[in-house]
Amino acid sequence: MILSRKAVGPWLLLTPALLFLCIFFVYPLCNMLARSAFDPAPTLRHYTRLINEPAYLRVLLTTFEISLSVTLSALVIGYPLAYFLSQLKLRTANFLMVLVIVPYFTSVLVRTYAWMVLLGTEGILNQVLLGLGLVTRPLAIMFSRTSVVIGMTYILLPYMVLALYSVMRGIDTHLLHAAESLGAGRIRAFWRVFVPLSMPGVAAGGLLVAILSIGFFITPALMGNQQDSMISMLIEAQVETYFDWGFASALASILLACTLLLFLAYDRMVGLNRLFEAKQ
Amino acid sequence: MKPRQTGWFVKLCAFFALTYLTVPILVIIPLAINSSDYLRFPPQGISLRWFMTVLESSAWMGSAAVSLQIALTSTLLGVSLSMLAAVALVRARIRFKQAVYALILLPMIVPNIISAIAMFFFFADIQLGSGSLAIIIGHTVLAVPVSVIILCATLQGVDSRLESAALSLGADRFTAFRRITLPLIAPGIASAAIFAFLSSFDELVIALFMASPSTQTLPVRIWNAVLFQLDPTIAAVSTLLILVSALCLVAANTLSMRFKARM
Repeated sequence: MILSRKAVGPWLLLTPALLFLCIFFVYPLCNMLARSAFDPAPTLRHYTRLINEPAYLRVLLTTFEISLSVTLSALVIGYPLAYFLSQLKLRTANFLMVLVIVPYFTSVLVRTYAWMVLLGTEGILNQVLLGLGLVTRPLAIMFSRTSVVIGMTYILLPYMVLALYSVMRGIDTHLLHAAESLGAGRIRAFWRVFVPLSMPGVAAGGLLVAILSIGFFITPALMGNQQDSMISMLIEAQVETYFDWGFASALASILLACTLLLFLAYDRMVGLNRLFEAKQ
Repeated sequence: MKPRQTGWFVKLCAFFALTYLTVPILVIIPLAINSSDYLRFPPQGISLRWFMTVLESSAWMGSAAVSLQIALTSTLLGVSLSMLAAVALVRARIRFKQAVYALILLPMIVPNIISAIAMFFFFADIQLGSGSLAIIIGHTVLAVPVSVIILCATLQGVDSRLESAALSLGADRFTAFRRITLPLIAPGIASAAIFAFLSSFDELVIALFMASPSTQTLPVRIWNAVLFQLDPTIAAVSTLLILVSALCLVAANTLSMRFKARM
């Protein structure tokens, strides 16, 4: 062992990182939680304001709805792709995987901009559709819930595909061949053997996309509208426009609680360790 | 695994998904080399004028310099902190390891909008205010989980018996680490640095809250420009950013291949 077995050595190495995170991240977070409930005397007025105002409840509901739509869309689009890739030779799959990885590592802002250019009223889609005479008036997709879901699904799809693929790669195809040789049709073998075995991937991908979409800011802020505001947009507005830090903190605390709850489910079902081990 | 044929329906769906993933990125490039004043598709004539506009603009180049400076500093800080932590996490048996993992991962799990406002309030409280330093601290916090994950994975790939051998041959712990472990994990450190760099260089939300008029990072400037109008200059900047990401990926991939070859 390069580290002494005495317990002091490792903690000495961990201290700088942990101290940095505690001072600049954990403490500010706790401070924010406190700000939502103290003013300076303990108060629940920020939370009661949230509950008593239908407009704010609507924002919460919209956030969950969009999150759910994005997770399901990503699953529906990602599952066949991951399945297809998992059945290819490793070399071919790795080659096609580049098309998943490159968007994954491209700036979210750039990718959102691309969709704004594609879907805008004078955007490329409308230019093409008008040019072909398929529509007479430009489609109003942009700045709607549809455009937000399209954009967010696009941004988060790589997470889903990677989570599904890593599980599907591990599924022994002999099992499918065995099912088929025992008389199951191809489709039946897929649904009864492959799909149940791929469920850990569905759980991992689904929870990951849900966690990421619930607090998403950039894409809904640029592609959405005020009526379909997500909680992250409301938080930003409370800080930047209304300077109501207490209320912003309360909203952020609720978002944080939802995120951590989902993450707890992720830890139970998938395991936090998987992020550290067996990667790469 | 034995390859298995998939049906036409699956192939069709996969083709659709790959198109969905690829087209938006590919669409930016022809728009950037468009010679007209507006975003026209298909482009009417090819020119590099929008790239020249970006390269000659002191505002855009200033932002690029700010972004570069912030990304490099937070990468250096983040990777150094992570390096020490990763050695402890992989090589030692420590108590509360789960809790330490969770704490280190936290910045990755907490939505950036929450991290951003929490730090924004904190910096206001301690009167650090906005500007480069605030953004660097914020981005270092984000860089730590990214690099710890990569460094842990790399360290797990290095046989700890090599270190034990060096120790038994009389090297002290620091020498063993410097002469044996460090060269072996060098590619991992480099790829941790690349991904930490990218996570800062492309980060918008924290930078948006911490930006002062003189420290607008590239994403912040793009954000402000996009809110205003979608002119081809942004397409050119975006193309350059896509290029940076692609270069980083190629570099990381080359490194990991070299790493595997060495193992």
